[in-house]
Amino acid sequence: MSKHKTSAYKGSCNYGRSEEREGRSCVRYKCGLFNTIQDVLRQRPNWVEVKDDGEWDFNWCDVGWLRENFDHTFMEEHVRINHFRNHYELTRKNLMVKNLKRYQKTLERDIGRMESSKCDFFPCTFALPSEYHLFVEEFNRSPGSIWIMKPVAKSQGKGIFLFKKLKDIMDWRKNGRGTEEQKDGAQVESYVVQCYIEKPYLINGRKFDLRVYVLVTSYLPLKAWLYRDGFARFSSTRFSLSSIDDKYMHLTNVSVQKTAPDYDPEKGCKWQMQQLRRYLTAKHGREMVETLFKEMDNIFVRSLLSVQKIIINDKHCFELYGYDILLDQNLKPWLIEVNASPSHTASSQEDYEMKYRLLQDTLNVVDMEGRLTGKEKRVGGYDLMWNDGPVYKEDVNLQTFGSSRFTANTHLGCVNDREKQLRQLLRPSLFQKKM
Amino acid sequence: MDEGSELSLTIAQIVQRLKGSHLHSQIERQAKECLHQPDIKLESLKEDVRNFLKTSGWERKLQNAVYRELHIQLPPSHPTAPPEHLKEPLAYMRKAQATWEKRVQKSLNSMSTELGVPLARMRPAVEQRELTNKWNEMGTDEPDLSRFRPVYAPKDFLEVLISLRNPNHDSSEDISIRSHWGLIQVPLNVRDIPQLRRAFSELSLNTGQLGIDDNSHIHPDLFENDYVQIGKKVVMEQDSAAAQQYSKQGCPTGLRADLWALILNATNQPQDVMHYEQLKAGVIQHDLLVDNLIYKDVKLTASNDDFYFVFEDFLYQVLLCFSRDTAVLEHFNYNSATPPKSYIKGKVGDEECAVVYPPNGVIPFHGFSMYVAPLCFLYNKPSKLYSVFREMYIRYFFRLHSISSSPSGIVSLCLQFERLLQTHLPQLFYHLRQIEAQPLRIAFKWMVRAFSGYLSTDQLLLLWDRILGYDSLEVVAVLAAAVFAFRSENLMEVTSLASAEAVLADLSTLKVMPLIQIFLFATAI
Repeated sequence: MSKHKTSAYKGSCNYGRSEEREGRSCVRYKCGLFNTIQDVLRQRPNWVEVKDDGEWDFNWCDVGWLRENFDHTFMEEHVRINHFRNHYELTRKNLMVKNLKRYQKTLERDIGRMESSKCDFFPCTFALPSEYHLFVEEFNRSPGSIWIMKPVAKSQGKGIFLFKKLKDIMDWRKNGRGTEEQKDGAQVESYVVQCYIEKPYLINGRKFDLRVYVLVTSYLPLKAWLYRDGFARFSSTRFSLSSIDDKYMHLTNVSVQKTAPDYDPEKGCKWQMQQLRRYLTAKHGREMVETLFKEMDNIFVRSLLSVQKIIINDKHCFELYGYDILLDQNLKPWLIEVNASPSHTASSQEDYEMKYRLLQDTLNVVDMEGRLTGKEKRVGGYDLMWNDGPVYKEDVNLQTFGSSRFTANTHLGCVNDREKQLRQLLRPSLFQKKM
Repeated sequence: MDEGSELSLTIAQIVQRLKGSHLHSQIERQAKECLHQPDIKLESLKEDVRNFLKTSGWERKLQNAVYRELHIQLPPSHPTAPPEHLKEPLAYMRKAQATWEKRVQKSLNSMSTELGVPLARMRPAVEQRELTNKWNEMGTDEPDLSRFRPVYAPKDFLEVLISLRNPNHDSSEDISIRSHWGLIQVPLNVRDIPQLRRAFSELSLNTGQLGIDDNSHIHPDLFENDYVQIGKKVVMEQDSAAAQQYSKQGCPTGLRADLWALILNATNQPQDVMHYEQLKAGVIQHDLLVDNLIYKDVKLTASNDDFYFVFEDFLYQVLLCFSRDTAVLEHFNYNSATPPKSYIKGKVGDEECAVVYPPNGVIPFHGFSMYVAPLCFLYNKPSKLYSVFREMYIRYFFRLHSISSSPSGIVSLCLQFERLLQTHLPQLFYHLRQIEAQPLRIAFKWMVRAFSGYLSTDQLLLLWDRILGYDSLEVVAVLAAAVFAFRSENLMEVTSLASAEAVLADLSTLKVMPLIQIFLFATAI
């Protein structure tokens, strides 16, 4: 169990740094999940859990609770909750694609092809059944390519399969969309069909995808933070296109891997982002890897911009997204999906510690205690990536204005010396003028 | 022998070795072809051809080849010295090594008899085809390895080293506080901190290093950016000697693969690729008993490592070929070890029926695959990975598991580690000795593997940069002592070997270069 503690917050001190955000001396929280987040909340000084119907200042809920209760819950000024009301615009596969396509068209119309081509980071996708005919057109245009069918709202790899021939999905349509739905007795849900990335980047013959964490504290204006840690999830079997039916090989979700017959939980199919970044730098050199990470920043920002005007902005809401990115053999990153409730269950001690730190820093950014000024570019392992505009490492002032050497303020896969940074940031000092 | 004749002997030896090599024929061909060029004049033929070779980079390639030969050259010796003396000058060490080898080989042979598995067998055609198809994913195989045991583990080897004694050295008079407290009781000359400071001057506090001065808090313009620029130039120049000198201060991540290949002169020419393919064919044709040892070792060590598990398949591809590579036998000229021989069935003792087994003369032990694992981080192509590993083995790694008096040999490293500890941390050493937790018992396993698998990969590679840069393994002994120095406060509190092991169980968070630098340059002497 991690021994990390945030610097002790002396309860009675209320700096009243800004008019809107008063620090709380004691935070009452509600938590509907039972994993790492419970530990983080419980160990935060002066945070107290409320049971049942007690009043709460902070709620870490699951999307089910949100759906049922958000609309009839009155929240005071200071209250925070960990989801946006209509987050599914970004996190449901069909809606995400719809919003991205629309955003791309808008860019092309308003600015031009150059700008809209920066959105070419999602594989060709169609929603079924509504876009079935468009899909068939595209399918016929590229014969022999492989497509992947994904249920829109399921997670953890459920219901996903690959196919090469239209016949395969005709059969599937006829059979009432597979046996899984029949078992559930659930309503037939929408699906998306996506062009499968046939040449993924492999490390020693193994496919992997990346999980990256992005925290959004506001959509209007857009304020988004990128976490330095993350991980690469490996498939436990070697990649080969010849066995499309091998579900275990093509999907890299840890949840699916766990059911594979040769899964060895001790083996650990994850690399920390830092390890991956170092490996790629050793193999391809610094410049290529920096370009890759810049392209990933682009994915995060543009995907958020695409739903910026659609998500109901609410100052009470913040959301931690888990982005799934796949690299192809040319080191181009592709957006696979965005998760609103990324798994906080840890698969190993190292993993637990990383998720613990992530959640701790999330709470640091949300800042119920009112310790931040709002001008920070970094909080613990989070770097401010977008603040109503790009955020740069360098300070933009009269002297640097006009210089072209601005670097983005993101450090994915870089050294995460968060404890030191937090100590400096949250040092209680009555003499610090932060207004 | 005076210097002049020594030099000419060296030159003669190197010429002898490079004559008839592929490089030789390539240069000859280039020289012949350049005669067609207009700027080559008959009057100044020699000059012009020389200039051409210089400008086209062939002279540099020759320089690199010569430099490489210097690394593996036999030390200068008396003209009538027998070959064993060139391998190892001290007779008692040779004897101990021979005894150890006999033990190991006996263990291997008895395993073969007990399990009924032949040392070598030809694979049937079906099996050969299967293996060819599965070549890139041998890790998916799950053969039954439960019956196979590693032939020996590092701790068995340690016991042998502890029992080494020089028969000419009467150590009875040394029982005093000045005597050596450690386990290694042979009088070898090992360097202490003042000498190490001179030898490793580039690691001093005043010199920029990768692993220290590329820290994220230090602005890259202060050291890192310029250093990387210099590194790029070195790679462009393709100069082995320059690369080796550069490596003393560390190699940037993006350039390391090229720099190491340069230092080791592992150029991956077509003939190297062909050689590798031949070895691969050998693997497919024959199955060796040691293959199972390799499988088991990889599964027990690298596959269980959080980081190296991805490279499992590469490890098989490299190690199985390595076992069959008779080119490795050459290094036994300067290795105190002798390749083990095996006899054809029924003809034991008949020298005519003796074959070297395994073909490369190296019997893998528990942890052997960890020599290769970090290299997988740098090289993608199996043939290049193989060339680099083989060169590293015949220059450095072999010294870590053979008994010799070489300053980079494991015996000297152990002694050096103990002496450094006793001289500079006497209180700690005394305390550990009192609680029967001899430091070498903990540090040995780190040194035998050159810390592979114990440090985090980026730190390990920084350490190996220095091994290559200084052409010596001493930095491994220094690091071992530095780790003890770093954790000395906690170690002073422990009361048993088990708790001492626990304090030193996890080295994955250590930063090696600051530790080495402080130990060498900030210890009061």
